[in-house]
Amino acid sequence: MASYRIQNGGAIDRARPVKFRFDGKSYTGFDGDTLASALMANGVSLLGRSFKYHRPRGLVTLGSAEPNALAEIGEGARREANVQMTMVELHDGLIAQSQNRFPSLRFDLMSVNQLFSKFLVAGFYYKSFMWPSAFWEPVYEKIIRRAAGLGRAAEGPDSDHYEHRHIHCDVLVIGAGLAGISAAQTAAAAGSRVLMLEEHAWLGGVSAYDDDPVDFTAQLDGRDDLQILRRTTALGIYDHNVVLALERSGDHLGEIADGHPRQRLWIIRPKQIVVAAGALERPITFDNNDKPGVMLSSAARGLANRFAVAAGKDVVILAADDTAYEVAADLHAKGIKISAIADMRDQIPSFARAQIPENIRVIEAAQPIKALGRTCVRGLRLKHAGSVENVKCDAILLAGGYNPNVHLLSHAGSAPVWKEEIHAFVPADTSGPIWAAGACRGIFDASACRVDGEVAGANAAMAAGFPFGVKSLGPVLESRATLDRLHVSGKGKAFVDFQNDVTEFDVRLAAQEGYQSVEHLKRYTTLGMATDQGKTSSVNGLSVLADALGKDISDVGTTRFRPPYTPTAIGAFAGHARGRDFQPIRKTAFHHCHEDLGAVFVEVGQWLRPRYYPQAGEDIFSAIKREAKAVRTSVGVCDVSTLGKIELFGPDAAKFLNRLYINNWMKLAVGKARYGVMLREDGCLLDDGTTSRLAEDHFFMTCTTANAARVLAHMDYASQILFPEMDVGFCSATEQWCGLALAGPNSRKVLGGLFQDLDVSDEAFPFMGVRETEFDGMPARIFRISFSGELAYEINTHWGCAAALWEKLQAAGQSFGLTPYGSEALGVLRIEKGHVAGSEIDGRTTAKDVGLGGMMAKKDCIGKAMAMRPGMVDEKRPALIGLKPVNRADRLRGGAHFVSPHDVGVSKPVQSLGWVSSVADSPNLGHWIGLGFIEGGQSRIGERAMCVYPLKDEAVEVEICNPCFFDPDGERLRG
Amino acid sequence: MKYSELSLLREGITGHKNWPRAWRDAQPKKRYDAIIIGGGGHGLATAYYLAREHSITNVAVLEKGWIGGGNVGRNTTIIRSNYMLPANTHFYDFSMKLWEQQERDLNFNTMVSQRGVLNLFHSDPQRDAFARRGNAMRLAGVDAELLDKEQVRQLAPRLDFENARFPIEGGLFQPRGGTVRHDAVAWGYARAADSRGVDIIQNCEVIDIIHEGGKAIGVSTSKGPIHADKIGIAVAGHTSQVAKMTGIRLPIETHVLQAFVTEGLKPFVDTVITFGAGHFYVSQSDKGGLVFGGDLDGYNSYAQRGGFPMMHHVMAAGVAMMPSLGRVRLLRQWGGVMDMTMDGSPIICKTDIGGLYLNGGWCYGGFKATPASGFCFAHTIAKDEPHALNAPFTIDRFRTGHLLDEKGVGPNPWIQ
Amino acid sequence: MHQINCPWCGPRDENEFSYQGDANCRIATQSKAPEEIEDLLYFRPNPKGLHKEYWHHVSGCRQYIIVERHTLTHEIRSARLARSPQNQEQS
Ligand SMILES: Cc1cc2nc3c(=O)[nH]c(=O)nc-3n(C[C@H](O)[C@H](O)[C@H](O)COP(=O)(O)OP(=O)(O)OC[C@H]3O[C@@H](n4cnc5c(N)ncnc54)[C@H](O)[C@@H]3O)c2cc1C
Ligand SMILES: [Zn+2]
Repeated sequence: MASYRIQNGGAIDRARPVKFRFDGKSYTGFDGDTLASALMANGVSLLGRSFKYHRPRGLVTLGSAEPNALAEIGEGARREANVQMTMVELHDGLIAQSQNRFPSLRFDLMSVNQLFSKFLVAGFYYKSFMWPSAFWEPVYEKIIRRAAGLGRAAEGPDSDHYEHRHIHCDVLVIGAGLAGISAAQTAAAAGSRVLMLEEHAWLGGVSAYDDDPVDFTAQLDGRDDLQILRRTTALGIYDHNVVLALERSGDHLGEIADGHPRQRLWIIRPKQIVVAAGALERPITFDNNDKPGVMLSSAARGLANRFAVAAGKDVVILAADDTAYEVAADLHAKGIKISAIADMRDQIPSFARAQIPENIRVIEAAQPIKALGRTCVRGLRLKHAGSVENVKCDAILLAGGYNPNVHLLSHAGSAPVWKEEIHAFVPADTSGPIWAAGACRGIFDASACRVDGEVAGANAAMAAGFPFGVKSLGPVLESRATLDRLHVSGKGKAFVDFQNDVTEFDVRLAAQEGYQSVEHLKRYTTLGMATDQGKTSSVNGLSVLADALGKDISDVGTTRFRPPYTPTAIGAFAGHARGRDFQPIRKTAFHHCHEDLGAVFVEVGQWLRPRYYPQAGEDIFSAIKREAKAVRTSVGVCDVSTLGKIELFGPDAAKFLNRLYINNWMKLAVGKARYGVMLREDGCLLDDGTTSRLAEDHFFMTCTTANAARVLAHMDYASQILFPEMDVGFCSATEQWCGLALAGPNSRKVLGGLFQDLDVSDEAFPFMGVRETEFDGMPARIFRISFSGELAYEINTHWGCAAALWEKLQAAGQSFGLTPYGSEALGVLRIEKGHVAGSEIDGRTTAKDVGLGGMMAKKDCIGKAMAMRPGMVDEKRPALIGLKPVNRADRLRGGAHFVSPHDVGVSKPVQSLGWVSSVADSPNLGHWIGLGFIEGGQSRIGERAMCVYPLKDEAVEVEICNPCFFDPDGERLRG
Repeated sequence: MKYSELSLLREGITGHKNWPRAWRDAQPKKRYDAIIIGGGGHGLATAYYLAREHSITNVAVLEKGWIGGGNVGRNTTIIRSNYMLPANTHFYDFSMKLWEQQERDLNFNTMVSQRGVLNLFHSDPQRDAFARRGNAMRLAGVDAELLDKEQVRQLAPRLDFENARFPIEGGLFQPRGGTVRHDAVAWGYARAADSRGVDIIQNCEVIDIIHEGGKAIGVSTSKGPIHADKIGIAVAGHTSQVAKMTGIRLPIETHVLQAFVTEGLKPFVDTVITFGAGHFYVSQSDKGGLVFGGDLDGYNSYAQRGGFPMMHHVMAAGVAMMPSLGRVRLLRQWGGVMDMTMDGSPIICKTDIGGLYLNGGWCYGGFKATPASGFCFAHTIAKDEPHALNAPFTIDRFRTGHLLDEKGVGPNPWIQ
Repeated sequence: MHQINCPWCGPRDENEFSYQGDANCRIATQSKAPEEIEDLLYFRPNPKGLHKEYWHHVSGCRQYIIVERHTLTHEIRSARLARSPQNQEQS
């Protein structure tokens, strides 16, 4: 294939050739090339296929606005789809694949879609695929989905890392073009801390596409007052002016060093922002304007000057704007033949014409008819002076004028406004804290951009508190003659949105059918919804719409721009929070003791709790049974450190508890514990637990593991807002005290062995008693409370003493066969006792529902009034009961429902009478038992009901019983 | 013109010159039998069912911007009826049945795609909670399946089964759930209502509701006053604002919900999947973009944009659920303002003002409700009494305590 | 991403706070009729404009802050401690 590399010049390093692969074939480029420039240099101009019609496509731009030249980069788990070749810096070993074609880019079978293009116009889907209706999903949708998407996502887990960095600065400058650089320099000179972001690897913006660009590195790098992030794209401006930016710190390296991120997300909190994001050239709409070889004139100029690549050997420039002549001059100087400048305007300013050598042909008032050529461009047919002419060429360069890059500015602020002088949308408000400078607000002249940058930089620094003596130069606006009508209707396909294959015809059809709001147009035709987010297509589409409606473009308006500015890897937003690090894990002080015993863990509110401790040859069921039996027959030990623990102090502590809990706390004696239940403000159950009085003005509260944080926040709210007059203070002590529950008939003996100075007799240390003592010289608290229904104690001591406590307890318990038990056995024990837990306190139930209504004392408390509303005390509400299978061999399941017996097995919808919240295979009763809620509640005790689990087609007849299955009089725990 | 194979063929050959407007560009008349405020999915569906079911065709839908510009055109397009509380299960399943016949009803392909909705669970208690819901669905005659880990793997092989922080134990699956092309719903109802005589009036903002002696008689709008015997409010995120015009205060707060879409990719997510251990759900559109989202941003807001903290949570949860998403690229993010009720369930009812009807409180789940909501609201307006399906969706329940709290978080809409 | 100026801790990132809703909906449990509590608990002013709301500085000083914030622009007008005496008087 012919080389398009220009012999001299450019910012490429000819001494450093770089080898890469595209679609399996090897090529060579140079250091400094992009994938796009290197392929073009190698004469590869067919770079992609369009979405709908699979038309052959080539390069249009040189930057992140590129709609056509997309590829899959990398392989396997590192494959990234839809990457713009213009943004890929060439490096050794780079592997790229074209996309959305079968079997190959040159020969794509799917391009048959073009044959049906008469039918596949905008909105086609909404009108079709309805006959027969049963065909939509199995047939039509399958076909549509096969054609969906461009590239393929990676299959495996992404093996690269992404990092987040937070940074504050006084002035953030977005874009290191001429305007941005002067803004940054001025703001830095004023003494403010400046951060500047540049999307490309180089500085200077479009001035880097000049023939002999200024090298800004020397002036700008290595300064303390000015930090520059290259390869960093500002993605969006968010609330409170936070800017997110993505630094592609590793993508240009063949290999990323260990421990380094592929990309870095910057979360920037600037005081002031200067957006200097430049402008984007716009294409011109005419038939076949999508052929490889049709590109923006600015791209051709950059290719020639920066990358030393000729866009063609023989080019035509189609002009609607003066910049065409600068481009022509530059290309001519590089030895590229310019067959003609076809200027669509009737009058061409003389200064424009003066820029080019006289021997370049200029055709005035030219009307493009169509691009010629089978796959790639072979000529341009145009009409001028009443006649039609085919001009031979292999590239058509479009100079349609420039659109200020208003995206970022409209993320935060208002919609852009149309500026007639330059026929473009400009930001509406650019006066701080988000300032705009240079081309992104419609100032295109280089020296004017410099001045505008200085003014913006000084203004931003000033607003950030760094006054600077810049004379107010006032914005310098330079208008230029641009055509506002950039579309020429023809008979064929004239593309407005290249990637999504939206043609001028589609836009007109949408308007004809009443989809006339810009948002309707966008959604009906998909204009501007491709991966380039309409950067090259949106304004052209609006101008066609305006024309179709006979309106001014300013009355048509724009669609809203949404972040991110360029497509960004999800991994970059996720950062380190992924895989096992998705969320933190909390471990108790006994964690290693459990691990040593081979415990299987379960997670409760981020805590890892032992679920059960399987012994050799045991499955989960036998382990649970063994553990639960050990507690009922001898003694077991369970880690309860995860319970929320809160210390309360102050003369009003009891009064405060009285407001929190539904039951009474004023008369609780020092040295005693009490079970309490609290409500949300709306009267539903919030949490339960025991709270002990350690002194007149000192309480120790426990709450459930899952609700600990919520309860503490609720208490903050109550004390700071509801009862600020109460003198009470509290703080969480969950991680200060580790805790073990010792439960079973032999627990007293074990406790006595451990705390030899403590009188553990029932008289000295009765049920619900609390004792403060010492363990290993550290404070310890022992509570005689029981969740299992057995004689039981909870021992709390300093978190750091956990290992010692565990060890000594094992020694003290050895002769009694002290058995560690996990959350599963604990669950079995509490269900046997009918104690409620998380499945019963599910955010919808009331104290009355769970049978604790009787605890409600006469005093007022949070949630009480609401709990008394008719809907909350309705006798029809399902209420807590116990259940056991009539056939004792039957199994019960949580999540089953109660139905009336004649509703079993019928096919029509039936009414649920309630549900099963918790079940256990009770080793102490020898059959399954459960807790559940049923309409009528306790009044149904003794009745039978059907318990169904349609998800498994199960139905079990059950007996409704008292929820307490075991030792209903509580003799064991008082023993 | 009816959309048919014949009309498509004819227009395709002759250059599509004769496709008429999908709906007329109506200008307001002086009076109507009924006015619907809000040209979102619910408003347009209501107008359609008023005309179709109750032969009330002298109806105007007043939309302050362009129809479909609110949440109906911003949502993540998921439809399902996997609710636990009977009032919700019945209502949403009725909606599902209307979706299933929608393209025939409307002669418009809204691309109802019943690809299934899969809710992942990660622990036994979570499985039981899902089973309670799934069994409730089955009893109500709704499809639901409890899948084990292997069955989940079959459906969604790219989920993290190896290195997950919250290993997947199984899922609750509703095969009839799926997605619908959201804009098409607005356009389809608009076109079908228009063809029955309904006036769809865009760029017509209701500024006030005119009421006299406890009865609503009309509205003043940016296009002047318009009178009507009956007025229905269906303005989703702006419900409080419009209700305030008559002095009504509602159990509703407005919050922002974000949504995200990636670049188009060859399909690899075939059902709708929700993560049980983080707030994340995803589906892949027929254009190839992954459409996903998470929880509310978590503060009162009328801004149609979201912030980074929630965005971070959503992305992290996405990568946690499906690690290969790391290199998939986000194309666009946006937000919509949600009418959050204090129990997470909607309101469709009469108000204390005669002739004024309220449809709102759709939270983040009103898209799937669109057909049933329109059907029931039309019934409520036409008959001046609720349909059995929307009878529980009163305002009064917040006073009496007959709440419909699916999530059990109480009157804290920002964590619903 | 909001930045809230905690009266105790200074300007802090939104991430450190937990939102706690409309600050008008404060319910003193005593001596209010149920209807009044229902009004406060459920029936929300929900303004499009300045909103007085609680933010709990849960990863900081654990104080409830009353923030006046615009619900359309998210601009923050003021941030005060909820328990400060002048707030008690005001409401
Ligand atoms: C990001 C996001 C994701 C969602 N995902 C889902 C999902 O997956 N599944 C699901 O079921 N639901 C989802 N929802 C919720 C769903 O979109 C909404 O509940 C539903 O669309 C609301 O009903 P609507 O279509 O009538 O509302 P809208 O489309 O918002 O319609 C209300 C209309 O009223 C107009 N209006 C307001 N005030 C006035 C006035 N004064 N005068 C005239 N007109 C007025 C508005 O301009 C608007 O067009 C999601 C929502 C969002 C924002
Ligand atoms: Zn603080």
